[in-house]
Amino acid sequence: MTADVIIIGGGIQGCSTALHLALQGVQVMVIEKNYCGRHASGVNAGGVLRAGRYPVELPLSTAALKIWADAPNLVDDDCGFRPIGRLKVAESDEEMDKLAARYAMVQDLGYTHERLIDRKELRDMEPDIAAHAVGAIHAPGCGHANPFRTLNAFKQKAITLGVKFHEKTRVNRVRRSGSIWHVETRDQTYEAPILVNTAGAWGDQVAKDLGETVPLSTIAPMLMVTNRLPPFMRQRIGAVDRVLSIVQQANGTVIIGGGYLGRADRNAETTNLDYARLAFNSQIACDMFPTLREAKIIRAWAGIEGYIADGLPVIGPSATEESAYHAFGFSAHGFHLGPIVGRILAQLAVDGHSEIPIDAFRIDRFVTEDNSNRC
Amino acid sequence: MSAAIAASASGVDVVVLDQRKAPGGQIYRNIEAANADVASSLGADYLQGADLVKQFRESAAEYRPDATVWEISVGLEVYVSGGSGARIIQAQRVVIATGALERPFPIPGWTLPGVMAAGAAQSLLKQDGLLPEGSVVLAGTGPLILLLACQYLDMGVNIAALLETTHPSNRKRALAYLPQAVTAGKYLWKGATMLKRLKHHGVRHIHGVEALRALGEDRLRQVEFRVGSSEQIIDTSLLLLHQGVVPDVNLTGALGCAMDWDNQSLCFRPRLDPWGSSSVAGISVVGDGAAIIGSQSAIWAGKLAGLDAAYRFNHIDQGQRDAKTQKAQRALKRSLKVRPFLETLYRPANAFRIPEQPETIVCRCEEVEVGCIRKQIERGAMDPNAIKSRLRCGMGPCQGRYCGLTVSEIIAAETGKQMSEIGYYRLRPPVKPVPISDILALATGELPAEVKLPDPFKKKTL
Repeated sequence: MTADVIIIGGGIQGCSTALHLALQGVQVMVIEKNYCGRHASGVNAGGVLRAGRYPVELPLSTAALKIWADAPNLVDDDCGFRPIGRLKVAESDEEMDKLAARYAMVQDLGYTHERLIDRKELRDMEPDIAAHAVGAIHAPGCGHANPFRTLNAFKQKAITLGVKFHEKTRVNRVRRSGSIWHVETRDQTYEAPILVNTAGAWGDQVAKDLGETVPLSTIAPMLMVTNRLPPFMRQRIGAVDRVLSIVQQANGTVIIGGGYLGRADRNAETTNLDYARLAFNSQIACDMFPTLREAKIIRAWAGIEGYIADGLPVIGPSATEESAYHAFGFSAHGFHLGPIVGRILAQLAVDGHSEIPIDAFRIDRFVTEDNSNRC
Repeated sequence: MSAAIAASASGVDVVVLDQRKAPGGQIYRNIEAANADVASSLGADYLQGADLVKQFRESAAEYRPDATVWEISVGLEVYVSGGSGARIIQAQRVVIATGALERPFPIPGWTLPGVMAAGAAQSLLKQDGLLPEGSVVLAGTGPLILLLACQYLDMGVNIAALLETTHPSNRKRALAYLPQAVTAGKYLWKGATMLKRLKHHGVRHIHGVEALRALGEDRLRQVEFRVGSSEQIIDTSLLLLHQGVVPDVNLTGALGCAMDWDNQSLCFRPRLDPWGSSSVAGISVVGDGAAIIGSQSAIWAGKLAGLDAAYRFNHIDQGQRDAKTQKAQRALKRSLKVRPFLETLYRPANAFRIPEQPETIVCRCEEVEVGCIRKQIERGAMDPNAIKSRLRCGMGPCQGRYCGLTVSEIIAAETGKQMSEIGYYRLRPPVKPVPISDILALATGELPAEVKLPDPFKKKTL
C-alpha cells in the first residue's frame, strides 16, 4: 500500500500530524501497533498547560494553547477543553521564593501569561485550599481537556479528510530504498516517500532503524481518580517541590497525579502500580485540599511514556536520513503540545520549514563529536 | 471457608479476608445470627451452612472480617482495607473466592427506583429479614428467582406475577442433557418441588415473556411485557430482575489471570487447572468466581484448592493430597453433571442480554445508552476499552460490574466476532473503591529520590 506520508504511531502527535497533512491535501497512512491512543495519549491527566514549562518549550506551548482554544474549528469538537486556569502553589516561604524567581525568569523572556499571587488572592481563588499555602503562580488560560476524546476528535477529523488508519498493525522494520520508505509489518509492507515517527515510548526503536540513537527510557506516570465530589477546586493545582497535580473534572471526579512512577514494561505493553508512591501522592493531595480526605479512589492506572534523558522531546527532521521526521519522547508533558507539533511536522514534511524554532529538540543533540556517525 | 478449613487442617498458615462482618458469603449470609423464622423460610440448603461456618470457626484459620481486598500485586502482596486503614499482607499463595455477580439485565427502565436485582433482594432478606411491602413482580430466568419466589411465599409476600423470560425453545434443547442431570443429585427434584409449590399457591406464573419494560416517570409504576402477540401490563411498585449469575472476575482480571469465554454459560471465567490454579503463579480461584457451579460444588472445589496448597507447601505429599481429595473429586464431578442442563434451560435470551432499544441504559454509573455504544462501534471502536475511553462506560464506582458483559456482547453482535476475540474491559485497580484515608496508611518510609520528574524551574535554556 502506498501514500504520500506514512506516520508510525497513532497517538496524539501522530493523529495531529495526520490531520494537519490531510488539511493540505496530502495522502496519509497511520500505522498503529495497538489501537490509537492506547498508551500515554489516551490515559494521561489531560493537562493543557503552558505554565511551568521548560522555557525552550514556551513558544510551542503558546501556539498550542491558541489551537486548543480554537479546537471546534479544527476538529469539530471542543475536546472537553476547559481553560479553568492553573495554580502552582507554594507550601512554604522557600517555595514562594522559587516561584518568584520563576516568575521573573518568564517575564524576562517576554512572556506575560503567568502571575504571581499572594496568600490572600490565592484564598479568594481557592477557598478550600489548605491553610499553609502561602501563594502561587497563576496561569489563566491553561486548563484541562479529555485525553481520549481529544485523540478521537483528531483521528475522526483526519479520517473525514481521507487519512487511512491501520490499527493492530505492528511495524517490524523501516528501511529506505531509493526515495521510498518501506515500512514492514507482519502482513504487508507500506510505502511512501516521506516517513514520520510519532511512536511515543517506542519512538527510539523506529529511530534506530534510521541509524539514530536516543537516550530514551520508558516510564509509567501514575494517576488516580476519585468518586464524584461536590465542586471544591476551581483550577488545576500543582505543587512546587512536592509531586502533585490535581484537577476536579466537570463531573466532580478528581484526578490526582503529578509524576510518581509505577513500573512499565513496554514490550508487554503493561504497567504495574506502586502503592507506596500513590499513598505519598494522596497525602500531598490531602495536605493541599483537606476535603479530599473524604474521597474514595475509584481507579488508579499508569500510562507508558517515553522519557528522554534531558526531559525534552525529540521534534524535527532525522539527522541521518532525508524525508524522515520525528516527534516522540515527550517525557510526560506532550499532550498539550500535540496540536502544534502536528502542525509543525506537517510544515516540515511539506516545505521543510517550521513556523516555530525547534532546534532545541533536534534528535542529534546527544551526539558528540566522538560518537557522531556523520562525516 | 472450605479451602481454609482444608488447608489449615493440614498445617498451612491461613488468613481469611472477608469483606463482610461475619462468615457465610452470599449463600449463607448472616447464618450465625439470622432470625429463626427467616432462617427456616430460607430453607434446608441455607441452614446447612451453619455446619460449615461452625467448622470454619473451629479451624486454625485466622478470620478477619470487615476486610476488603482491593488489589493483589504480582508479588502476591494483598492490599486490604477496613478497620484502621489499609494494610499489606504478603502471601505465598492466594485463593480467590469472590463468588458471583448477577448477570446484567438491561431492559428499558431497569434503572428506575423500584427495580432491583432479585439476588440483592434475597441478600436483604438474609441479612436483615427485609421483605417487600405490597406486591412484587419477579421477572427473569434461573433457579434463584424460583427459590426467592418460594421464600417470599413462605413469608406471606404477595407475588403479583412471576414472569418467566426463559425462551420456550430452551426446554427442547435442555432435554438432551436431562439424563446426565438426573445423576447429579437432588437438583432437579428441588427444582420440580419449587415449581409445584408455586403452582399450588396459585402464583401467576407467565411463560414466554418478551419485550419486558419497567415503566414510570420518577419511579416504577408498571411492568409491561408481551406474550406471543398479546401486550400486557401489571401495576406494581417493585420489580425484581434476575437472569443468572456470572463469575466476578474483577480481581482475577485485574491480576491478569488468563480468561476464557464460556459459550455455554455465557461468561468469562479464569483458565484453571483441576486444582483451581490460574495462569498467574500463586493464584487459585474457587467457587462461583471460577465458574458457576453452585454452593455444594464450591465446597468440594475449595477443599481441592486448600489441600493443593498444603501439598505445594510440603505439608502433605502428592499421594496424601490425592487420597484426601478422592471423594471430593468424585462428588464434584457428579454434581457438575447438572450444569449443562441448567445452563441450556436457563440460557438468557439474546434480547435480554443485548438490548435492542437504543435508549436502554447499559452503564448505570455513567448513564450510557446502548444507542451511543452502537454508534461508537460503527465509528470503529471494536474493543471494550475503546468504548470505555470514548463514553466513560464502565468507569464508575461499580468498575464495570453492571455493564462489562453487555458491552462485550453488543460489540460481538455488531461485528460478528467471537467473544473470545473481543474480550473484556481492562480491569484497573483498586478492585473496589478505597477511601483515600485508607491509602494514606501505606505512605511509610522515605521515597526514593529518583521518582520525581525533572524540575522545570531549574532549567533556564538548553
